[in-house]
Amino acid sequence: MSSSSTSQSSPVISARNVWKLFGPSPERYLKSMDKGMDFEAIRADGYIAGVRDVSIDVHKGEMLVIMGLSGSGKSTLVRCFSRLHDITGGVIEVDGQDIMGLSEKDLIALRRSKMGMVFQSFGLLPHRTVLENVAFPLEMRGQDKHTRRERALEVVKLVGLEGREEYFPRELSGGQQQRVGIARSLAIEPDIWFLDEPFSALDPLIRREMQDEFLRLQEMLGKTIVFITHDFDEALRLADRIAIMKDGAVEQCDTPDQIVLNPATEYVRKFTEDIEKARVVHAGVLAEAANGHSLEGAPVSAKASIHDLARLLVEDGRAYIPVSDADGQVTGALDRAKALDVLLGSGA
Amino acid sequence: MTLVADMPGAANAQGLSQSQKAGILLLAAVALMLARPILPDAMVRLPEWAIPPLAPMLDALFNFIKDDLGLIHLTRFLTGQLEVLLDATANLLYGKRRWPNLGPIPWPAIAAAGAVLGYALGGWRMAVFAGGTFIWTALVGQWKIAMQTMSVLTVAAPVAFLVGLGLGILAWKYRGFDRVIKPILSVLQTLPFFTYLLPAVIFFKVGPTAGAVATIVYAIPPMILMTTLGLRKVPAEVVEAGKMSGCTRLQMLTRVYIPAARTEILVGVNQVIMLCLAMVVLTAFIGMPGLGAKLLSNMGSFKIGNSFEIGVTIVLLAIMLDRMSKAWVLKQPEHFERGTPWWKRNVYLIGFVGAFVVFLGISVLAASLPNVLADDLSLRNLPGYIGGILDEVTRKQSLSNGKEIDTAIKGFLAIDGIQAVTEWLRWFLNVKVLIPFRNAMLWVPTPAFILLVMAFAWWLAGRREALIAGLFFTLVAFSGWWDRSVITLYTVISATILAMMIGIPLGIFASRSERWAGRILLACDTAQTFPSFIYLIPAIMLFGVNDVAVVFSILIFATVPLTRYTIEGLRTVPPEMTEAADMSGASRLQKLLSVQLPLALPTMAVGFNQAIMFAFFMVIIAAFIGTQDLGQELQRTLAGTDLGKNFVLGMNVSLMALTFDLIITKWAETRKQALGLG
Ligand SMILES: Nc1ncnc2c1ncn2[C@@H]1O[C@H](COP(=O)(O)OP(=O)(O)OP(=O)(O)O)[C@@H](O)[C@H]1O
Ligand SMILES: [Mg+2]
Repeated sequence: MSSSSTSQSSPVISARNVWKLFGPSPERYLKSMDKGMDFEAIRADGYIAGVRDVSIDVHKGEMLVIMGLSGSGKSTLVRCFSRLHDITGGVIEVDGQDIMGLSEKDLIALRRSKMGMVFQSFGLLPHRTVLENVAFPLEMRGQDKHTRRERALEVVKLVGLEGREEYFPRELSGGQQQRVGIARSLAIEPDIWFLDEPFSALDPLIRREMQDEFLRLQEMLGKTIVFITHDFDEALRLADRIAIMKDGAVEQCDTPDQIVLNPATEYVRKFTEDIEKARVVHAGVLAEAANGHSLEGAPVSAKASIHDLARLLVEDGRAYIPVSDADGQVTGALDRAKALDVLLGSGA
Repeated sequence: MTLVADMPGAANAQGLSQSQKAGILLLAAVALMLARPILPDAMVRLPEWAIPPLAPMLDALFNFIKDDLGLIHLTRFLTGQLEVLLDATANLLYGKRRWPNLGPIPWPAIAAAGAVLGYALGGWRMAVFAGGTFIWTALVGQWKIAMQTMSVLTVAAPVAFLVGLGLGILAWKYRGFDRVIKPILSVLQTLPFFTYLLPAVIFFKVGPTAGAVATIVYAIPPMILMTTLGLRKVPAEVVEAGKMSGCTRLQMLTRVYIPAARTEILVGVNQVIMLCLAMVVLTAFIGMPGLGAKLLSNMGSFKIGNSFEIGVTIVLLAIMLDRMSKAWVLKQPEHFERGTPWWKRNVYLIGFVGAFVVFLGISVLAASLPNVLADDLSLRNLPGYIGGILDEVTRKQSLSNGKEIDTAIKGFLAIDGIQAVTEWLRWFLNVKVLIPFRNAMLWVPTPAFILLVMAFAWWLAGRREALIAGLFFTLVAFSGWWDRSVITLYTVISATILAMMIGIPLGIFASRSERWAGRILLACDTAQTFPSFIYLIPAIMLFGVNDVAVVFSILIFATVPLTRYTIEGLRTVPPEMTEAADMSGASRLQKLLSVQLPLALPTMAVGFNQAIMFAFFMVIIAAFIGTQDLGQELQRTLAGTDLGKNFVLGMNVSLMALTFDLIITKWAETRKQALGLG
């Protein structure tokens, strides 16, 4: 988890009070409306609030996962980040630049040099083969034919579509098409990556491989990733932070541990109700300051989840268990009773 | 009006007040008619002095645009460019002495290349059909005139495609332009083709250029519509994928939008080709040489056999062009395995060029062979004959049997039984149906007529349509061509009613079995690709040159869409509805009358609408046979330079056609909504 180490640097994407309304004349309506109105009230006026007053920062090297029910505005928010939608109100800065102020030329340059996106329903060009689809962004970047072909072949192999390079999208299954979409964005290895349910059509095996690939890229090359998913396990595997959306607004944006331990709203609590908290919460998060406790015995790793420690927690007699960081340094004390509450449910 | 009686069940769905208002209008019309004997003349027909001098005014306007604004220089400049292209294709296809002075390409080379193209698009059957069409054309000795037609087509279709594509892109990109162009397009599509011809002649000189221009203008509208339709249908995420890849606007258009709209654009290409063919044939009226001109002169001198042969050529060409371009629409790109060698990827291209070159060589060699005439043809000198014709089929060598067919057809028609039937039909239709109906329509005072049309519109569609109908017909009255307009309308209506009496039962019959429905739909599809001119041939053959032949040719032409949409309407009736009728013990007839037909009616209305549009179109062409309607006057304007009059006449046809279009479309829409058919 790298969020703590990167949060000091200036954000890659910074959104301030972003609004996106759909309707006949959204700008005018936004000016006149009461900003506290909820989704239904706005809809009664003939507008759909795709994104409602969202402020969020995404830092370099961070993987932000967006979750929420269908229609909650996840895709819309990501489209605002990439300026596929012009926002109705607020400011979005990418690398400190207000993207709404970019000229067409600068926007194209920004997308060519920095951004990549995987689309929910793939967005493959129907008239191009797998290889040509994957090479398309490279072509737009002006790479010569040979280099881009080499690169395309490489990533097509990576997503396991070797042998289908010359197929057309309509000749592929849904999962295969999705992998073409993934390969297309892998080909350019953008600094900022928008992934809209990129693995929804994949089988569990390939899905895990792809997750690992993206984690690897993020950790090795410090890529910034905004990832949409409906799958909580996936979110937990990948996320540095999770943003939970409802009716266009972000209800809470925090680390997975905080989301399950301290849900900000009733909605988030309900949303995370069925999750096994012990898998999410880590010893490091639950630990209290070490001073004041007499600590003895072997420490547990801060990165271990409560679930990992289940046997130890049940069998160990200590009231407080020392917690150590990656270097073996003791950094805190884990209250065994509290940890057991998380493990077994607090009885509430 | 008989028309009204033929549209049952509309009144109750529209609510009482609407038909009551229509009834009031009807009563007023009837009152006016009853009062006719005591009406002042000015109420029966608009007096001369009340008619504005529209034609001279338009003439002045055109002259102003043409000369004072210098449009003529622009058009003449464009003409120059177009002429170079036309001359080039004319040289290549039939050896006109112009740059590049290479032609004519021998017919076997073209036939071979055509067959390979047919194979690439649609397999062996298409290859045989394409090759066969060219071989037939050559062997009956029509190669040169067919190539005269094709030389215009090969220029007009690509130009119409490009212009249509460009305008379509503009209309898609700019809402404002779209709003301006939409109504213009719908007027253009109802304008009789004569209205395209004369301006073309005046602005672009007589001859192939004018013909090409008229053809191009005629074929552009559907291309525009299909282009905007296709571009609008490109999925949003495909567009976004293009944007995220960093496409510039131009790259978006050329690499994302246009390729993704491929299917619709190719459907547009098909329509462009077919409309071009239809129009190129009609440019015979402004003296363009080619298949149309030959057909026109043959029909004029009653050479039925030769007309028939040309008709076959035109029909074969039409079917070939239609099927090949449709096959192209359906043909999706197929992948090659990796490592497929170059020649395998381009096997069709190589075959195309190869076949062309090989047969070119053969023809050049064959040019020195002695000519064996068709009359001396026997099994022994067959190889010699084939060798001889491979270069060019001369008149003496052609296998045309025009005279024999002529004699055969005339002999057949002269058989007593046949003659009795056609004679009786001619007499019956003329004396008992057409003339009384026509006289009745002419007898109605102008204001009463307008009120009748308004009542009809109000009853079927509503207030807005009634007002527009009234306005349009009033304009017709003020154009000063009322009587001829009424005669045009009479021909259209009587032919359409007769067509309904044939087409609807035929459709009902066909829809009872899947097999027959399929067959008849195919026949209708094929018949719709024929240039309208073709329909005159059987009419003249059977009835000679008179009113009945006109009505008959329109009738065949208009029956096609009626049959087609009746079948389609009946087929789309949801099965659970007919099953419900079956369960309540309805007889076949009851089921048809109370369930199937009412549900199919909105779809059938589309066919009815097309039938009327076709009829307006055909009535103008049929003027060639010699009628007293607008068509004949229009044809007369072609001889001179009466641009103003030509426009006034054309607008009259267009106004009447638009009225019907408006009423029927609206009616079908409301019916559809009422039935919940969306
Ligand atoms: N182009 C548009 N025009 C009008 N409304 C839109 C548009 N795009 C999205 N919306 C609306 O905005 C809301 C949010 O849609 P969005 O696609 O962002 O949902 P989502 O969270 O991605 O849902 P899912 O999980 O189903 O993909 C929905 O109510 C949708 O109807
Ligand atoms: Mg979505």
